[in-house]
Amino acid sequence: MKPGTLSTFLKRGAIWGFIALELIFFTVAGEFLSVSDKAFMDVDNMLLLFKQSAPIGIIAMGMTIIMVNGNIDLSVGAIYAFCAVILLDSMTWPIFAGLGDAVIPVSWILALAVGTALGALNGLIVWKTGVDAFIVTLGSMLGYRGLVFMYNGEQPTSHLNWTLVDFAEQQFLGLHTATWFLLIVTAVIWFLMNRTVHGRNAYAIGDNRAAAVNAGIRVGPHMMVNFMIIGFLAALSAVVFYSESGSVNPNDGELYELWVITAVVLGGTKLTGGAGSIISTFGGVLAIQLLRKGLAHIGADTETVNLVIGLILIAVLFLDRQLNLKGKEELKV
Amino acid sequence: MTEQTPVLRLENIVKTFPGVRALDGVSFTVLPGEVHALMGENGAGKSTLMNVLGGIYQPDEGQIIVSEQPAVMTSPLEAKARGIMFIHQELSLAEELSVAENVYLGELPKKRFGLVDWDTLYARTDAILERLKVGFDARTRVGDLSIANQQMVEIARALTVDAKAVIFDEPTASLTDAEKVVLFEVIADLQRDGVGIIYISHRMEEIFKITDRISVLRDGSYRGTLHTRDTDEEAVTQLMIGRKLDLSRSESTHELGDVALEVRGLSCGHLFEDVSFHVRRGEVLGFYGLVGAGRTEIAETLFGLRDPSAGTILLDGQEIRIHSPVDAIERGISLVPEDRKGQGLVLGMNCRDNMTLPQVSDLTAGPFVSDGAEVAIFDQYRDKLDIRTPGWRQLVGNLSGGNQQKIVIGKWLSMHPNVLIVDEPTRGIDVGSKSEIHNLIRELAAQGYAVIVISSEMPEVLRVSDRIVAMYSGRVMRTFTSDDVTEDNLIQAISGLGDGAAA
Repeated sequence: MKPGTLSTFLKRGAIWGFIALELIFFTVAGEFLSVSDKAFMDVDNMLLLFKQSAPIGIIAMGMTIIMVNGNIDLSVGAIYAFCAVILLDSMTWPIFAGLGDAVIPVSWILALAVGTALGALNGLIVWKTGVDAFIVTLGSMLGYRGLVFMYNGEQPTSHLNWTLVDFAEQQFLGLHTATWFLLIVTAVIWFLMNRTVHGRNAYAIGDNRAAAVNAGIRVGPHMMVNFMIIGFLAALSAVVFYSESGSVNPNDGELYELWVITAVVLGGTKLTGGAGSIISTFGGVLAIQLLRKGLAHIGADTETVNLVIGLILIAVLFLDRQLNLKGKEELKV
Repeated sequence: MTEQTPVLRLENIVKTFPGVRALDGVSFTVLPGEVHALMGENGAGKSTLMNVLGGIYQPDEGQIIVSEQPAVMTSPLEAKARGIMFIHQELSLAEELSVAENVYLGELPKKRFGLVDWDTLYARTDAILERLKVGFDARTRVGDLSIANQQMVEIARALTVDAKAVIFDEPTASLTDAEKVVLFEVIADLQRDGVGIIYISHRMEEIFKITDRISVLRDGSYRGTLHTRDTDEEAVTQLMIGRKLDLSRSESTHELGDVALEVRGLSCGHLFEDVSFHVRRGEVLGFYGLVGAGRTEIAETLFGLRDPSAGTILLDGQEIRIHSPVDAIERGISLVPEDRKGQGLVLGMNCRDNMTLPQVSDLTAGPFVSDGAEVAIFDQYRDKLDIRTPGWRQLVGNLSGGNQQKIVIGKWLSMHPNVLIVDEPTRGIDVGSKSEIHNLIRELAAQGYAVIVISSEMPEVLRVSDRIVAMYSGRVMRTFTSDDVTEDNLIQAISGLGDGAAA
């Protein structure tokens, strides 16, 4: 075994170890504390867990690319809400009245296009102004959320299309529609990041931007494409979720950006860019959802759940730092 | 060779920055199959010239001619497309990626749909690595390689395209001798293929071994081109510094005091091992070695930035433990760091605030910072060190390198240290200020400070030091006194050749 392989393996595998630990803990604790009679590791419960992971998970895949690229996107929650509004509202637009159920793909495409466009706008600003992505997307987070409120005021936007609900609630090979979307997105993004030139260049840019520029990699366009991808995925996440629920509040998707970033960071992606893995992000998403579900299972309320997740995030980052220190000789700064 | 079309010709390149004429009418020609050395002291304009050539800066006047075609270099990509390759001294590698991805950075071979053609990529890279005779393969993660091997990855980039001209910027700075031999073979290969090579180096013996012609820059202006076989080191040096190299040391005229700092068997992981030395009051101890030899790490350990894994540090004969810079400063150990702008100064703050930074918590009047006391300290050291600034309100970012360095030195002197450690005191400082800094260091020693100077420049270390510690890959090879040191035995020692015991 080459030197460093073991520690790499440990780091890669850490998130899965954490998931196993959670499963054991909640199964055992559930026996004593659970308010329901069902076991935690029940098949239906686990399938539901996958389904519930989808909205955060789909966006997290996009966030992994963005963060590997050395940026961050805080506006995903707002894009998510805005696209949900577009999806549900557009089905009632008079121009689409004659379409019947054919309005469904039209609305989907419309919502996805809007998400991609909003992402592109973020990317374009980051590229052309050179302003830090954190600031740009902090601004667009507020701005896009403003659009949501301008659209319908404080009122929820609702429209139930039963064909759509049926589709969303379908189970194929036992997995829900949303779960399939999560799995497909994970596979596609993994492929993008590991097999395409665009993906490898994204790693290079995040790792050493000066070197990438010197090697003639066009940093701006790559960043813009990645912002378009995350915009698209935020929209896709909204499409998947609201096809089923049929009603969107203007506050929906708030704090999603933070949940997504938490999942990505738990999965081991570096905040400074250059390193990160899609598969580990998938693990991070599952770990968070497990934690939320598990704590609910043993009777904790939402506030407690948030507190615990926050503590675990800090603990994980601290552990990661300790593991990454090159022994005691490390420079103290 | 006179009949050949030059692969690269620079005509009257002028580049000015606010307040500085960085390049002043530089012209020179590189012929196919020639190794053309570009020499000059730090700050002579070599890197500016290379940045102009690489499209990072646009020249204000003059033109670049590639194969008799005038070229406007708009970007590094443009330079590459015209067959001009750069091997940078500062590694520009993405550590998390594989060797192959780094070698072909920006030009990964593609299959349809923008997929990376991994088979081709690895095969091509392995073929290049074969030529370089390195002990790693295309799939290795760059972050796992040693500095020397990373440099080889950088060099491998030159072999990816059919280059017309390859520019090597200090390629041997971190290479061992075996790797140097391979590098010189690679250069000879390129030469045979008719590639023009610009070779930037400070090492005379390399220059005389492999180059055909030598062009010299001094203070941004072109000083002439010499045929290597018709010239010698002295002539080149004279052209470079405008006078004969002054190897004479400012001999110590003052009495040396007691041992101020002694280090016994100090180790810090693999960074450096079993390092022992002492420095007396009134003495300048020089540390010389290659990049990565562990010199800076020793300084950082003495300053409490790293925890040693073994060994003892004695200050005035008392064993001490230093856990943080606060400890070090309290005991009178000061560090003027290597990276002046990054570690030594707060560029956006004014001169006075920078100088009083470490003691500002003591300079208070009630709950407020006492402006008067701060200004008094600044004035005192401005006069003492001859710092040229319009006033204390000037932002240090606007000062010249030499004056910035004096601010850092003044900052520590105002703390009345016992031991002053100066890491690369004249990096990026122009020739005139250089000798001023050297004199200042000598003077400080004469006033009774114990001074440790770390330097990568041989003339500097020879000039300022009373004794020189030669380091090679984390170990002290030999300690020279000013009587027994010569350029030859010093170079041997830092290349790991010198026998530590030999006289």
